[in-house]
Amino acid sequence: MDFRLGESSEAFRAEAKAFLDEHFTEDVERMMHETGIHHSWDLHRALADQGLLAPSWPEEFGGQGKGHLEMIAFHEEFQRAGAPTYGQGTTAIVLGIILALGSDELKKMIIPPALRGEFIVSLGFTEPESGSDVAAAQTRAVRDGDEWVINGQKMFTTSAQDAKYVFMLTRTNPDAPKHRGLTTFLVPIDGGGVEVQPVQTISGERTNITFYSDVRIPDVMRIGEVDKGWDVMGLGLTLERSGAHDGHTIRLQRAMEAWATTPNEIDGTLPADDERTLAKLGRMAAEAEVTTLLARRSAWVADQGGRPGVEGSMAKLFSSEALLRQSRDFVNLMGPDGIRSFGDPTAPAKGEAEYALRFALGTTTYGGTSEIQRDIVARNGLGLPRAR
Amino acid sequence: MDLNPSDEQVQLVEAFEALYAKESPSERVRSAEATGFDADLWSTLIETGAVSMAADEAAGGWGATLLDLALVAEQHGRALGSAPIIDAQVAVRLLGRLDSGAAKDLLVGHLAGERLVSVALHPPIGGVLRMVPAGAVADSVIFFDVGELFAMDLGAERAQLRTTGAMPVADLPVAGATSLASGAVASEVFERARDEWMALTANALVGLANRALEIGVEYVKERHAFGTPIGSFQAVAHGLANARTSADGAMLLSREAAWAADEDPERFSELARLAFGFATEAAREASYASEHYHGGYGFMAEYDIQLYWRRAHAWPALMAEPDVIFASAERARLDRLKKGA
Ligand SMILES: Cc1cc2nc3c(=O)[nH]c(=O)nc-3n(C[C@H](O)[C@H](O)[C@H](O)COP(=O)(O)OP(=O)(O)OC[C@H]3O[C@@H](n4cnc5c(N)ncnc54)[C@H](O)[C@@H]3O)c2cc1C
Repeated sequence: MDFRLGESSEAFRAEAKAFLDEHFTEDVERMMHETGIHHSWDLHRALADQGLLAPSWPEEFGGQGKGHLEMIAFHEEFQRAGAPTYGQGTTAIVLGIILALGSDELKKMIIPPALRGEFIVSLGFTEPESGSDVAAAQTRAVRDGDEWVINGQKMFTTSAQDAKYVFMLTRTNPDAPKHRGLTTFLVPIDGGGVEVQPVQTISGERTNITFYSDVRIPDVMRIGEVDKGWDVMGLGLTLERSGAHDGHTIRLQRAMEAWATTPNEIDGTLPADDERTLAKLGRMAAEAEVTTLLARRSAWVADQGGRPGVEGSMAKLFSSEALLRQSRDFVNLMGPDGIRSFGDPTAPAKGEAEYALRFALGTTTYGGTSEIQRDIVARNGLGLPRAR
Repeated sequence: MDLNPSDEQVQLVEAFEALYAKESPSERVRSAEATGFDADLWSTLIETGAVSMAADEAAGGWGATLLDLALVAEQHGRALGSAPIIDAQVAVRLLGRLDSGAAKDLLVGHLAGERLVSVALHPPIGGVLRMVPAGAVADSVIFFDVGELFAMDLGAERAQLRTTGAMPVADLPVAGATSLASGAVASEVFERARDEWMALTANALVGLANRALEIGVEYVKERHAFGTPIGSFQAVAHGLANARTSADGAMLLSREAAWAADEDPERFSELARLAFGFATEAAREASYASEHYHGGYGFMAEYDIQLYWRRAHAWPALMAEPDVIFASAERARLDRLKKGA
């Protein structure tokens, strides 16, 4: 056994760190929190310039052939730094799908400019009446000759305000059983008929509602076969759910350890001298290590050629719930000061715990809620009968 | 990264798995409940080399790594072995670090299977070593008191304590102790032994949690209520899914801790304590979930799941409650960070 990620991972981590030192500036960070938009064009284009938008891809498609264990080191650094990742994250998922299942024409049209950092892609799965039950999507796509006409509404279309396309799940056959009448498309946002309405959230992250009225797109924008959209989603959801939040926990841990080992400004006491604080820091250290190990195990399983379905769900479930527990513990521990908000100059530890508490709430919901992850662990991991 | 055990480790695990299947089925665990000690299991373990494997080759042992011992501990925990294998191995490693003649003599007798040596986890209070692991069956005990490490031979007169988890623990009045080491060496060696005990016990708790969950999962697939297997109720399934996730995390962390003893020594103390605290809670969560989803049957002595629940509470309690462990882990961690390691 060997619990080190390995030399090439550490080298790639160093590259990520160097990149972040140069490009994740205070300005970028401030903008991200002011606007709630976890996407930075400066950062995104810099990533593209260094060939870092899809480093895991083979070189012939514009990647660097990085393995899963190298990629996880890279992602850990981005999360630990608190850098914006949503734009490149959702785009990478969709590019992965197009590379695997898209037509040659679509590949040619989308992949090269996307890897040059010219645009990003949002995910349009969730609707007003369906989220966890993704396959219940009602947004309609109707064929009209060589075109499709789309009507409906998507919720939480994060990054749509900056995106050129939405990767969208639509219903093409309302008479077929739920999972058999779905088709996926890449829908241009600025081609007419799409309205993007901002949505504010508890953490300050901005997301959107998107409305689609008689949006006409050519058939070439379809991904996968007609009515076989659920197969495409299978790949999409696996790619999405493999996103654990290990780096965020480490980020909180660093902030709390720095807070605990710096004398309190008011009375000069050290929080770390208190046994209760030490116990909470230790508990966080255990959960941060477990979070990291579960995420790395998923990457290792994938690296061995396996499909880390249950392992990925465990990593997502544990990391998001642990982040929520830990941030809540520290906000409580700080007493009344704990609720001084991130961004308020009087907040202890710059309000990192207070922010993490609000941020963590979202992580337990997007990318498949904790309940959905538990269902997957119970059914596919423990072999329990389908939940009711 | 490689999460697979080596071929030798796989063989080792298979050998102990087979040994425990034969020598520690639940009837045997139950028949040893009064003392927490199964003399036949213990002699089979000694014959197999469970104690001598922990010693260096120079001392006549197998030179097993702490990770090798951890994988054996996991099997021990699965089977709820009624034998002080971890305590005995920790004593071997502790004695191997000392130069004194007294320590060497103790080690020789211990490895020969003649005199079982155990380690008290805490200094004496009011002249008594309280709740010493294997204290009811050991021939000698090593303990730490005010900067000095001692060994003490034990007489025949020892009251068997009744505890939640059927363990051969005893309260031992201090009398006629011999010094083994003093000063920095004594405290370092003692701290190290405690950390190794925690790393190994963490792995035993992982084995315990794994088996407890298997029993629970099997039961909820069979048992029906309201016309359906109870495992199809989310309240049941999700409790088990959480416990399985915690147990997976505990397994990774506990193995990493044992691995770190040789491969990442600066982090060993910290990881051993984190693993012990986390595995304690994971084992309690797993055995509670499995016990609870047995309904009333889980509460009956007849069902094996109660054996797991009781030990998940008792074994780790000999050291300290999780919050105390987490605080000591964080102290080790902050020390390391201060040194810039
Ligand atoms: C910040 C943020 C960003 C997001 N970004 C995107 C995005 O970019 N694109 C996108 O498509 N979506 C996005 N989402 C949406 C997200 O994926 C959904 O919110 C999520 O899948 C849950 O769906 P829902 O909100 O409809 O809740 P529901 O599915 O209605 O669930 C409500 C509650 O019921 C529980 N529940 C539902 N089904 C079950 C079940 N079978 N068993 C047990 N409990 C159940 C859920 O766990 C939840 O607690 C985002 C959400 C947030 C908060």
